[in-house]
Amino acid sequence: MRHVGARFEITSDPQRVASAKKIVLPGVGAFGDCMANLKDRGLAEPVKEAARSGVPLLGICVGCQILFDNGEEFGQQAGLGLIPGAVRRLPDPLAGGDNTIRIPNVGWRPLSIATSHPLFSCVTEGTMMYFVHSFAPVPMRAGDISATIEVNGIQAVVAVQNGSIHGVQFHPEKSGPAGLALLRRFVELN
Amino acid sequence: MPPVRLIARLDIKGPNVIKGIHLEGLRIVGKPAEMARSYYEQGIDEIIYMDTVASLYGRNNILSVVEEAARDIFVPMTVGGGIRTTDDVVKALRSGADKVAINTAAVHRPEFIREAAEMFGSQCVVLSVEAKRRGPGHWEALTDNGREKTDVDVLKWVAEAEQLGAGEILITSVDMEGTRKGFDAELIRSVRERVRVPVIASGGAGSAAHVIDLARERTSDAIACASILHYGTAPISALKAELAAAGVEVRS
Repeated sequence: MRHVGARFEITSDPQRVASAKKIVLPGVGAFGDCMANLKDRGLAEPVKEAARSGVPLLGICVGCQILFDNGEEFGQQAGLGLIPGAVRRLPDPLAGGDNTIRIPNVGWRPLSIATSHPLFSCVTEGTMMYFVHSFAPVPMRAGDISATIEVNGIQAVVAVQNGSIHGVQFHPEKSGPAGLALLRRFVELN
Repeated sequence: MPPVRLIARLDIKGPNVIKGIHLEGLRIVGKPAEMARSYYEQGIDEIIYMDTVASLYGRNNILSVVEEAARDIFVPMTVGGGIRTTDDVVKALRSGADKVAINTAAVHRPEFIREAAEMFGSQCVVLSVEAKRRGPGHWEALTDNGREKTDVDVLKWVAEAEQLGAGEILITSVDMEGTRKGFDAELIRSVRERVRVPVIASGGAGSAAHVIDLARERTSDAIACASILHYGTAPISALKAELAAAGVEVRS
């Protein structure tokens, strides 16, 4: 955040979340743990309220997954319900296929961009970002899809947007200059 | 074909990056933070820092290297060497590492892999294996930076480690490392057949051709290089260009 010129603080204080101008929701680990932690610290409601009132929100990796209604990692778990849809496991490699990707999907993958939103204005088609995940969002509305990657025969959704609520499955903070550019765009969004 | 990750492997001794030359000893090749930053700017996909003498210098040394690097290096970083407890893992991650590579501690106590994976997630836990060939299709896992024998069969070990939660396997050929004569392709292939998690090949690259040959076998998800980068034999942009020209997809 410092590198892209943001004024930021790392917090788990619901009040700070409630008064934030923008929110980044990072996440590593499992969907269920992430949601449990948010709820335990009283952060789930402030995040939802802020997002619903138009405060720009960027969820990263598991932070993107929990934006949805539910996820199936370790059984059905409820998410924040900010974007309609679910989170599903990626398909396993196809036998004998050329493009087989082992799960977890670890490494750099080229994005297919499906949006003209300013957040992606600096990301050209085919730009590679760094992924490490076994699950991906399945939005109910095609209009919420910002970017996809090909994984074992399907187009997995890896970036979503609903109004001022954004989510990216990849790690922009680990994706070199391309990822930093996206973070910078988020910081600069009105 | 999914892009092959190119990883820079920095073996660290005290304040320096060193490179073991087969049968000759160690050579100092530069300063860790400078080299890592330079590789990042040239387009390396990931960086692995291996502390080769963790017990002698204490862990703080490599952690301060990682901390400094994390300030302006924005690709995944893995730290290995002397990671023995979950506390060590916490410290490594807090310094800015995304993953830890575990070898000796895991061989002595395989449950450590499970503990680390449960606490931090499998994606953080890389099993590092130093493999010494003992016969056709048979390798022994060495520990303590290649100094100690174990009687542990590499192929059985990687499968066990995956079950315990290791998210990636970093497989280094002890026989080929530092020789610059190429990878032990049979070792890499054999490991890949035993596991379903990503495999990082390490040990032996002496030219771009070695990397290309291995990449074309599609047995590695990632290829770690040391000598060819540290000695400038195959600078990153040239290496990636040659890989692309040979039909191997890489991140540009």
